[in-house]
Amino acid sequence: MSANTPAETPEPKRYGRGLFLATVLGGASSLLWGKSVWGHLSAATNAIPLIPHGGWRIYTISGSMPTFDPATWRLEVGGLVERPLSLSYADLRALPRATQISTFHCVTGWTVPDVHWAGVRLADIFAQARPLPQAAALELVSAERPYTDYLTLKQARLHDVMLADEMDLKPLRQEHGAPLRLVIPEMYGYKNVKWLERINLVPRVEDGYWETLGYDRDAWVGRSNGYSS
Amino acid sequence: MTRYVRRFSRTERALHWVNALGFFTLLGTGLILYLPSLSILVGRRPVVKDIHFWSGVGWVAALALVALVGDRRGLLRTAREIDAFERDDIRWLRRLPARQGRFNAGQKINAALNAAFTVLFLLSGLLLFFGERDTRFRFASTVILHDGLTFAATALLAGHLYLSLIHPATRHALRGMTLGTVSEDWARAHHGRWTPPPAE
Repeated sequence: MSANTPAETPEPKRYGRGLFLATVLGGASSLLWGKSVWGHLSAATNAIPLIPHGGWRIYTISGSMPTFDPATWRLEVGGLVERPLSLSYADLRALPRATQISTFHCVTGWTVPDVHWAGVRLADIFAQARPLPQAAALELVSAERPYTDYLTLKQARLHDVMLADEMDLKPLRQEHGAPLRLVIPEMYGYKNVKWLERINLVPRVEDGYWETLGYDRDAWVGRSNGYSS
Repeated sequence: MTRYVRRFSRTERALHWVNALGFFTLLGTGLILYLPSLSILVGRRPVVKDIHFWSGVGWVAALALVALVGDRRGLLRTAREIDAFERDDIRWLRRLPARQGRFNAGQKINAALNAAFTVLFLLSGLLLFFGERDTRFRFASTVILHDGLTFAATALLAGHLYLSLIHPATRHALRGMTLGTVSEDWARAHHGRWTPPPAE
């Protein structure tokens, strides 16, 4: 305080701009630390009712979600196979069952830990359809047009890749891709095609829906799409 | 007869209501994108996403436009009022007897935080938009920042709405933000250090 300022009116403190700048800098810096801090808090945030339970967000690319009718639904398996399949929902449910608990990572940054999946393994489908020797990749076609994606046969044979028809001990819900979605926990969510209705065995991998928009074909969690861990 | 004094200029009120309209549009469309139950109910995600993005751009552009064509010097004076914390502001925050200026310390904090939130909403929103198109703009924490801002800003808004619409002692302030004037008695009781200009 300068000597000629009367004691009863000290210079005001510039706290307003300080608060503004501190908030902007703190918020902007959270781009670097936000996710790791949030990860530690996520157990607590599940108890807050306003935050979507478990952390799921529902991403779609078209105007409406495909609806599932058990009477008419089919999973078609075709392309480079000895024996094309057209499985009804009952056929699908009659295949050997598999379960797993795995973590779901979205490329936009959110993660859902410990999702309970149940369904069938691709190996049991391939055992019936018998891919031809020249088949090297899968084209996964969603009922949500024009969503498709591709995996190499090697990627599709990872031990925890699954065609899931149940999530968290209940039938797969519409918004999660009912009745059937692909689950590949090693890769970001956009490879985990929802509303799966057709698998084509093809000679090579091509760009799926998000790949044509600039995302990586090999969407390994933590080491693709500009991320490195 | 009640005498009224002018509290907010036309530019200040225009800025406030443009801000409010933009925020509610973004909150509504943002919740549809964020909450699974609303995403399912509404569907049409690509359209909602476009509306949300362009509302955000329009929101910030409209705020800038109001500041540009309105009373810029007046707004600058207002910003200095919000910036300056007197000894009485600190006393007010500590719930000690204090005479406040045109803005009390809580209003100054609310304004500074909302201004910062606007900058951060714009930054994280643009990063979400461009990150979807180019990996160089992609951060794993962008979505967490954007969501966190929504929760913080909505909490502030809830307090703001309570004080301006419900709380009997303070809701008269709404008149200042709609008509521009407040009663002289109310001004003296709540903003004793403020020497208001008379309403024409």
